[in-house]
Amino acid sequence: MNPPAIPAAASDGPARRLPGDLAIWFFILAELLAFGAFFLAYAFSRANNVELFNEQQLALDRNSGALNTILLLTSSYLVVRAVQAAEAGQSRRAANWIAGGFACGAGFVVVKLFEYVAKFAAGVSLSSSTFHMFYLVLTFFHFMHVILGLVILAALWNGARKGRYGPGSMNGIETGAAYWHMVDLVWLILFPLVYVMR
Amino acid sequence: MQTRDSSAHALPHSDHGTPLRATVIWVVLIAATIVTWSVGESGASGPAIVGLLFAIAFGKGAMIILDYMALRRAPLMWPLLALGWMTLVCALIGIAYWKGLAA
Repeated sequence: MNPPAIPAAASDGPARRLPGDLAIWFFILAELLAFGAFFLAYAFSRANNVELFNEQQLALDRNSGALNTILLLTSSYLVVRAVQAAEAGQSRRAANWIAGGFACGAGFVVVKLFEYVAKFAAGVSLSSSTFHMFYLVLTFFHFMHVILGLVILAALWNGARKGRYGPGSMNGIETGAAYWHMVDLVWLILFPLVYVMR
Repeated sequence: MQTRDSSAHALPHSDHGTPLRATVIWVVLIAATIVTWSVGESGASGPAIVGLLFAIAFGKGAMIILDYMALRRAPLMWPLLALGWMTLVCALIGIAYWKGLAA
């Protein structure tokens, strides 16, 4: 069995192709730059307040952060399976995979809300410290992207149920899937940066 | 279970890989997440640990970019831009961390 890291031979297939709409990729690049700027603002601000950041980070709920990472990764996986099913002409099956992906994304929202409620109950607010300001702004900015992603997944689910996606009409589902993977991608940096790095 | 392997060449394109490949990647991503979580729980710190954390984050991100986002078969500019973003962000976080150590 080949390890997954070995790339498939690029010559063994059709020409290189950007999946989905070109516009979504420019949007994704803009989003990555915005998240990148936030991450670096956090990292360099931390460099000036290492003790404060380390101390207050200890109070974060790493279990819910890790659980949310697993939920997003699993959701991304299920959406990949949906795209593969659509590519194979199985639109109904694609709808079921998307529903699974939506459920995991909704699970992220529920876990995050519990985390916020616990934090607010502990008196955390935007003005309580530099660390908490960053924690709230960064995670809430990401949270809003998850909400938008869920709206997109719901639209994809509806489209797949109506048989809108297939081997010759992959653009819509590829475009929505690319956005959802971007939401996952930025969380993969946010989690170690804010919850674990010390 | 999987019926499309034999018909893969009949499809107009297969930029999204196989279900098996996607599943193997998912298992690796979850295992990597458990490593990051256990580092957090142990309270370990220091440059080597932070290097490990962001090496893991980079590897996970590369898998998402190349496979789940299907940029492996996209025009080269796109995987390079996404991987370049990951590299730059991880490297600058490393520099900021190092700056914090010196402070």
